[in-house]
Amino acid sequence: MTASTDPHKESFRLSMLLNDKRYRSYTFQFIALLALIGAIAYLGSNLMANLRAAGLNISWSFLGEPSNYDINQTLIEYDSRSSHWRASVVGILNTLLVAFLACITATILGVVAGVLRLSNNWLIRKLMAFYVEAFRNVPVLIWIIIIFTIMTATLPRPNAFRGDNATASMVFDSVAFTNRGVYLPRPVFESGSWLVVLVFLASIVGVFMYRRYATKLLYDTGKLLPTFWPSLGILFLPSILFYFIMGQPISLEYPSLQGFNFSGGWTVRGSLIALWFALAIYTGAFIAENVRAGIQSVSKGQTEAAASLGIRPRRIMNLVILPQALRVIIPPLISNYLNITKNSSLAIAVGYMDITGTLGGITLNQTGRAIEAVLLLMLFYLAISLGISAVMNIYNNAVRLKER
Amino acid sequence: MSDMMQHQIDAYVRREMLPEQEPPVTERGIVKWMRENLFSNVTNAIMTLIAILAVYLILTATLPWLLNGIWDAPSIRACREILQGEVGGCFAVLTERWNQLLFGFKYPDTEYWRPTLAFVLLFVAAAPVMFYKYTPRVMLFFTALYPFLAYWLIWGGTILTPVFALLGFVAGYVVWTVLVKRSFAGAFFGSIAAAVVTWWIGGMITGAMATENTLLIAVQSRDMGGFMLNLILGTVCVSLSLPIGIALALGRQSSMPIIKWICVIFIEFIRGVPLITLLFVANVVLAYFLPPGTTFDLILRVIIMITMFASAYIAEVIRGGLAALPTGQYEAANSLGLDYPQSMRLIILPQALKISIPGIVNVAVGLFKDTTLVSVISMFDLVGMIRGPILASTEWNGVYWELLGFAALLFFVVCYGISQYSQWLERELNTDHR
Repeated sequence: MTASTDPHKESFRLSMLLNDKRYRSYTFQFIALLALIGAIAYLGSNLMANLRAAGLNISWSFLGEPSNYDINQTLIEYDSRSSHWRASVVGILNTLLVAFLACITATILGVVAGVLRLSNNWLIRKLMAFYVEAFRNVPVLIWIIIIFTIMTATLPRPNAFRGDNATASMVFDSVAFTNRGVYLPRPVFESGSWLVVLVFLASIVGVFMYRRYATKLLYDTGKLLPTFWPSLGILFLPSILFYFIMGQPISLEYPSLQGFNFSGGWTVRGSLIALWFALAIYTGAFIAENVRAGIQSVSKGQTEAAASLGIRPRRIMNLVILPQALRVIIPPLISNYLNITKNSSLAIAVGYMDITGTLGGITLNQTGRAIEAVLLLMLFYLAISLGISAVMNIYNNAVRLKER
Repeated sequence: MSDMMQHQIDAYVRREMLPEQEPPVTERGIVKWMRENLFSNVTNAIMTLIAILAVYLILTATLPWLLNGIWDAPSIRACREILQGEVGGCFAVLTERWNQLLFGFKYPDTEYWRPTLAFVLLFVAAAPVMFYKYTPRVMLFFTALYPFLAYWLIWGGTILTPVFALLGFVAGYVVWTVLVKRSFAGAFFGSIAAAVVTWWIGGMITGAMATENTLLIAVQSRDMGGFMLNLILGTVCVSLSLPIGIALALGRQSSMPIIKWICVIFIEFIRGVPLITLLFVANVVLAYFLPPGTTFDLILRVIIMITMFASAYIAEVIRGGLAALPTGQYEAANSLGLDYPQSMRLIILPQALKISIPGIVNVAVGLFKDTTLVSVISMFDLVGMIRGPILASTEWNGVYWELLGFAALLFFVVCYGISQYSQWLERELNTDHR
């Protein structure tokens, strides 16, 4: 009974590879694959020939050899006898340090400037616009160099702090701004201090639990507990109490002038400060624009609806506008964090020893292992970028509008 | 009786309007504006005062330095002698090293008119593209000629090189127009083949006739420097990365898995690493991947790497534009019977590119700022010139603020100008009726 006939099946012809839509994609992909393999083979053979001509080979053993150079700012134990690998780890930690500091500072600056750009105060609005335009339109490298010059060329030398008629003095007798860096007091933990630290950590947990309890109470009974002052109390009172019970086990070690330089305390190099603040101020201008766009993306009806429900202005901001604005603000914010991390590689311009300065700078020049060093450098940045992108995707999926 | 009433009423009823009074002094003019915009409540008033204080501090710190500046002096010591301890900038460094700041320190000083002319012509060439509604279309011919003319002006040497480069494109275009009616792929590969053949022949002829009667002295790439280098890198890399970026974006959207994954890996890799590492590649690694014995200009290697960098970012911007188009546009193009190249060229890309203009301009501005990074691999662009030859010289050692401020100002003017143009263009292209 099958009267219907199948459509006539065309037999395959060679010209269909170029003219038939069904097969053409295979041709193109085949050509692309061939071209790719050809290019890789060509570059690879060139690489082999060049390496053979130069008497080199690809080897990673240089990472284990002693580095023979010093790094002036390290977070972990390091000296010139340590291996190149250890120098790279020092560099990675320094990169992460400056990126972390700059991200936090840039966020604060950007949010403040972005909110103030929408202020109804004309002068503040114009000042913030000036800040944003001035910093967005000038290369970050120039800002890094400018701040580095301030840190090294205009601050007093350590010996200006010497003597009875010193031309420079320490701020609050504890912080010294010199052209070799900023000297800060450092906390010294004596025996018994662990209890204070432990109590402080427990207080942080306590604050979170209190807030959760307050929210639950609000949802269950509608009773509104105060949060700000109790949180502050829970955070600090027990720690201060234990600090005095244990006999003040944490003290500050102040920097003091000895010989030609300060000793004691923490030293923050001018290069770190230059990089930190330049990245923060520069990226802060971009974040300010994102924050402004985010707040403006929440339609005015939302504010008016919330106000007509009788919600107070502060709560309108916290409960209605910000949650919706954050959905717009967060993705570009994270890509700005990514930019900070990548731009921190400009450290090499001011001699801050991040991964580009150690592995891509001195190690590369000393060992001549250009290919290996640059490859490792790229892989490091790539890993960070892909990691942050993955986090961003998870976040985006979490906050995406749940549409039916 | 009624007269009495009338009389009584007249006593207190006014027959004509009172003259209009001025609003109260607090509700008009500058006072009202200030009350509304500066002192609307206590917080605002405090913020205004703080802002005024900040502006005052900034102005008192910079104005005397600016106004009291010295514009004519041979060295920083001479500046200090003239100033006699007063506050004032030593802007003499700008006038004295003006040419170095703009052209680098190796470009032959008799030839400065060439890059200057190229720079001026850049505006003539860019005008028909930037303001296409207000300029005659004939000028587009000049735009097409401009890259070759600019190359010849800046690098000099034999005119045959840019002429044959141009002829290659012309040959490719001719073959394209002949073949495109029959098949897109055939025209595409045919035009490439025609161009390559022309260039190959041209290369042989140029090689045979080289060093004969050059009108302009040849200038080596390594002699380029100063702000000129930033401009060259910026314009060349942005214009090269646009077509590559479009191709990558289309490749990433493609349904062919191999092509798609090549594009995805390329884009994500480039976007994941900082530009500095790519410049390191250009500086120390790229030479390993070229045939043994070939020497390659550093500037060319840098252009290749920065172009790759920019095209990955532009590809992402354009992908955003492609994704923002409603599916109906793709389906409409298909239902009209257009094939893939036609639908892209006539329907999809014009709309997608229009959406992506702000993003593309952002990438272009960012890239132009990033051209300062070449100073890290010891090329003498504007920042490199300042940090290298000028600040290291004995005459000008210590003139930081004038030089860095000048560099910042120069970049600000260009970047701010471009972003203002992009906002204007966005309004101009805004054709939806909302």
